[in-house]
Parts: sequence; structure tokens; C-alpha cells
Amino acid sequence: MDAKRELFQKLQQDILLWQGFKPLAAGKAERIGLGEIEDSFPGSVFPKKAIHEFITVQPEQSAASDGFIAGLLAVLMENGAACVWASTSRRLFPASLSLFNVAPERIIFMDVKTEKDVLWITEEALKCEGLAAVVAEVSNLSLIESRRLQLAVESSGVTGFILRKDGNKTASTVATARWRISPLPSHTEEGMPGLGFPRWQVELLKVRNGKPGSFILEWAGEKFKEVKKAKTPNIWSEAEGRQIG
Amino acid sequence: MQRRFVSIWFRQLLADWQLIRRPELKDVPFVFAAPDHGRMIITAVSPIASSFGVETGMRAADAKAICPGLEVLDDKPGRPKNLLKGLGEWCVRYSPVVAIDEFGMDGLMLDVSGCTHLWGGERGYLKEIVSRLKSKGYTVRLAIADTPGSAWAVSHYGRVTPLIPTGGQVDALLDLVPDALRLREPVLGKLRKLGFYQIKSFIGMPRSVLRRRFGEDFLLRLAQAIGTENEVLVPLQVPVAFSERLACLEPIKTRNGIETAIHKLLENLCNRLQAEGKGLRTGVLTCYRIDGKVVKVNIGTSGATHHISHLFKLFQLKIDQIRPALGIELFVLDAPKVDEVAVPQEEMWTSTPGLDDKSVIRLLDRVAGKVGFQVIHRYLPATRYWPERSVQRTVSVTEKAVTTWRVTQPRPTELLKTPVPIEVMAIIPDHPPKFFIYKGMRHTVTKADGPERIEREWWLDQGEHRDYYQVEDEQGGRYWLFRSGHYGGEQKYKWFIHGFFA
Repeated sequence: MDAKRELFQKLQQDILLWQGFKPLAAGKAERIGLGEIEDSFPGSVFPKKAIHEFITVQPEQSAASDGFIAGLLAVLMENGAACVWASTSRRLFPASLSLFNVAPERIIFMDVKTEKDVLWITEEALKCEGLAAVVAEVSNLSLIESRRLQLAVESSGVTGFILRKDGNKTASTVATARWRISPLPSHTEEGMPGLGFPRWQVELLKVRNGKPGSFILEWAGEKFKEVKKAKTPNIWSEAEGRQIG
Repeated sequence: MQRRFVSIWFRQLLADWQLIRRPELKDVPFVFAAPDHGRMIITAVSPIASSFGVETGMRAADAKAICPGLEVLDDKPGRPKNLLKGLGEWCVRYSPVVAIDEFGMDGLMLDVSGCTHLWGGERGYLKEIVSRLKSKGYTVRLAIADTPGSAWAVSHYGRVTPLIPTGGQVDALLDLVPDALRLREPVLGKLRKLGFYQIKSFIGMPRSVLRRRFGEDFLLRLAQAIGTENEVLVPLQVPVAFSERLACLEPIKTRNGIETAIHKLLENLCNRLQAEGKGLRTGVLTCYRIDGKVVKVNIGTSGATHHISHLFKLFQLKIDQIRPALGIELFVLDAPKVDEVAVPQEEMWTSTPGLDDKSVIRLLDRVAGKVGFQVIHRYLPATRYWPERSVQRTVSVTEKAVTTWRVTQPRPTELLKTPVPIEVMAIIPDHPPKFFIYKGMRHTVTKADGPERIEREWWLDQGEHRDYYQVEDEQGGRYWLFRSGHYGGEQKYKWFIHGFFA
């Protein structure tokens, strides 16, 4: 019986390896600063060699996702590597990235006319080992397209972030993780005026071989700070059916 | 190597050209004339007309009197030059350096050093050019000599042989008239007046005497003909230093074939570039199709490189633009712009990633080749507060920021291109809104920060200042709102939304 279990474990490990999950090297835990969220991933390691998909239906959600990705980029770009940001209708304000410890001048923006070009650039950029990450804003991503991106990632190890503007949750993609970041009211000390640190409800809707979950996270000026596990359902998801613009 | 030059003189350039265009004029005397001081002056004469005694420089009316039935055609300025340019480009098959004879504007100069043996020696070479041009309809006189000056002289005035052997140009010049030295009229008149009808009568005179009487230009022309002074030809087509050709036995029609051809050409070119420490900046692939059409595709790189696979990938993006039609028989790959390539020191351990990383540069080249250079850009901090102008767009990947990013004031992660008007309810004078309506949704403000006043850059545009507020609604959405202008001023104040915070 034991032999069988060992065999299963071995096979599972192998599959994870093939899918781009690095096993936790002994004594050298590569944390990305997401705290407990990282435990949702297999091996408790944030998969860098993977495609992360963000559902951003509302402009508030897309702003929150930008902030969350910027927080991740701060760690990924720590070694001085560059990042590519491809989009057809980009609203990201480069000056704000410095508030998340990212050097905006190391991000190469490619604003193109068609979604096809965005996907082509994303695939080419994901194959380029010299980059730390690639962020792409698309309105739709089909299974085949996501598959191509995943194959590109597997050969190079560049992290891919796809901001998807459609809320079609049933659309199946091969992304390793699907996130939804929604803003939450910030917390201020009693009686203090103004706004607190940006606070988000981070929902991991899908993780391959991991445990999806919902968390409350704060960007505490320098790094992520986890507040607590979210119990309440997302208030933003109700508004998603509403037509925007 | 001994330099050799050929001078081709088109005796009746315009007349020949007209006869090729309109063969029905074969038996008609015709001239070209251009208006000058209200008269028509003849600029070119056909062979039949010249047998009647019509010459260039005559008035058209006089010529008509001499030669009945003379047809006078309009001449356009610059036509001989255009014709010579076309003929010169055709003559590139005989020598890479072809220049227009600027003195007479009726001939071509070829630097044929090391070319003639391909046609079986100089005699065969000249014969080939004469017969080819004759079959096209041009009557020409040629001469070959060590200097362009003597070749010109012999082609125009020589009577013995067009082949002037090496070092024989002085002997060939001795019996010619002074006109053969490419001199202008006042000097020629002086020479005739003094009785110098042949070059040999003054060629032995001291230079100082000749200079005093005929000027510096005369001595220069003489020296250029003899060969003591160098004459530089300005080639019509500047030969590209780095160029590779690939002729195909069978016309190429398939994508695979084109790819193989490009790869072969790149291999040769890159080996040469590498040997000289150069890198390609722009490349032009010219495909000559068997139906006579020429297809060209261009690539460009942001940094000098001789990396075969990288350049091949750039061309690969352009293969779709090549229409082979019936087939391509000749590929020519030129590198018009090359630069010194910076050879980076091999790094023993890990290279530092960044914007100048080699793979990133290659990626940018590929994107630029496919989508265009203009889509790639970065942002640098600018020393300005007005939000739209606080970042500066740059297309260069190497440009460094002159200032640092400001982190003291909150800035939204998403900024709208243009602020959108909103309806608000706010307590005057300085309070943030109680609520605001944006796109039909009512947002009740629970937390707010501000105002942060940003003045308009009055030296650039007129208008009101902005008071920015950072607000948060009940759901947690964070927005950047501003009021344009003061309350109660003459101008109506307005509220806008300008961005979304993370």
C-alpha cells in the first residue's frame, strides 16, 4: 500500500514539475510576499513560470488589479529586469507604479491597435528570457490562445499576467491561476481623517492543483500585508452583470 | 592596380531618344528648341536636319528657312540629365562606378578598373557596349584610357583608335584640338587667337606662363587629362559595401525556398560583418522576379548586430510581403547602414538583466518589424505637476531619467485620458463631495483626502486650476476627483473624475 502511495506522490510531483511548478527547494523558500495566499499554490510557492489571469470587469477592479500586479512586479523586477505591458486601451498611469516600488522606466509599453497584435506581442515577449514579466490587457482570451501563451511561458520562465475585461467565468483557459481583485473600504485609525492603505479582496477563483480561496490584503506602503481570511461574499460580483460604458 | 576609364559619348542623345520613341520621325528632319529671350533657340539636331546645315544655337525660324519641312519639338530643361541617369543605371552592368559627364551633359564616365577582363579584354568590352547601345538605337563613341580626361578627349575628338594603352594618354592627346581638354569658350577663343590649334603646341610650355594667360582651370583640365591630377567621379549608384547576391538556377516560388535563400545570404553577410567587427542596422532584401518586377523588403535593428538567427527572424516577419508570382531568380541582400558592433565581454556567471539585455533588444526589434517602431515606448518622470504632463514619453530604450519619480503625493493607478464630468453634492468651500454620480451610478463618499491644488501651466494653456480629492465610496472604490476653478467665480466651476486608485 505504501509503495503505491509513494508512486502516486512521485507521479504527482512529476506532473507538477512538467506544469511549471518548481518544488520547494530545501532551505530556500522563494516567497513573493503574499503571505498565506502562497499556501494555496501547490508546494506553497507562487508559480512564476505561469500565466495568471485577472478578471477585471469594472474599472475599479482593473485599478485594483493594476495595483496588485504592481506589488508583484516589485518583487519580480527586483533584479533590475524589464517588463512589457501590452494593451490596446491602456489606462495605467506610469507615475503611480513608483508608489508600489516599481521603477516605471523599466516597463516597456506597447500600445497597439488590435487585440491580435497584443496577443502576438505577449507570446513573443513571454518567450524572451530577459524579461521579468509580461502584462497584457485583452478583452477575451480563448482556450487556444491561452494554450499558446502557456507553452511560451514553459520554455522561458517569464511570468505572464493577463488582464481579462470580460466577465465570462465559464470561458476555459489553461491559466495556472485565475484571480479577481476587488477594492475594499480602507481602514483608518479611529478618528483619523483621510484614506488608509489600499485594501483589496483577493479572490483566487481557480488554481491548478491548489486550493482556491478568498483573502483580504493590504498594500502597506512597502509590502503586502494580509489582514484576514475573507468570510463575506464579494460585494462587487453582484454588480458585474451591469453593463459598463 | 592600374585604373582605367571609359568615356561614352552619345553623339545625338536627344535625337536618338526621340527616334526610339517615335520611329515615324526617321525620314523627317527635326530639332529640339527651347525659348530664350523670346526666341526659340535650337538645342538638339537630328542627323537629317544637320545635313541641311542646321546647328545647335540657331534660331528655329532661321533653321526653318534653311531646311523646309523641319519639325521643331519642345525641349524640356533637365531632360538630357534624366536620360543619362537612366542610361547610367543600365550601364551599371558594365562597372559599379558610373558617372554622368557633367561637362557636356551628353555622355557617361565609367571607372572600369578590373572589369574589362570579364568581357574578354578591353576591345571586346568596348565592342559589347557599342553594339548593345546601337541595338537600342543610340549612336555612341567610346574611348578607354588611364584618365577620365583623356578618355573624354579621345572619345570626342580622337581619330586613330579608341584604345589608349596604359601610359599612352599624352601621346594620344598631342594631335588633338584644345577643345578636347573640356575647356569653356573664352579660353578656347584665346587659344585659337594665339594659334594653338593642337595640344602639342602648348603642352610643353611652363605652367606659370599658361596659368597667367589661361587661368587655373585650364591647368587643372590639362593635368586631369594627362593624369598628374586625380579626378573623382561621382557615381550614380553608390555601391553598398556589404551586399550579397544569390542567383537561383530555378525560380523560387515557395516560402521554404525564400527562407533558405535569406538564410544563406545572411550567413555570408554576417560572416563578413563579423570579420570586420561591424553590425547591421538596416537591411534591404531585393528579389528580382522573372517577370521583371522587383520586390523589396526592409528591416531595421535598434542596435548593430550580426546575429544570424535574430536577423533571420526579422526577415521571417516580412516574408508574407514578398509576392513571388512566377518565381524569383535573384536575391540581393544589402546592408546600407552598418555600425561598429559593441562586443560585450563574456560574462562568466550571470548577466544582469535589464532594458539593454540582448534578448530584450531582439524582442523589441521583432515587435518593431511587425507592428512598427512607434508602438514601443517608455515613460520617464518629468519635472511638472500637471498630471497629464507629469510623465514624458520616450521611444528610446537607453534614455535615462533626468529627475526622480515623486512619491509624496497619491497618484491613481489608472488615469482617464480626458477627465469625465460628474455630478456632485459638496459643501462649499473646501469640502470633498458627499456623493457623486458617474455613469449613472451614485457613489456615496465615506472617506476623502484633499484638496491637492494643481495650478495650470499658464504659459502653455489657459484655464482654471484643479483641486484634487482622493475619495472612497461605501463599496471601497477609490477615485480621483477634482473641481476645476473656484466656487462663485465668474467662470462656472465643474467637477470631474480623473482616475481610479488601486
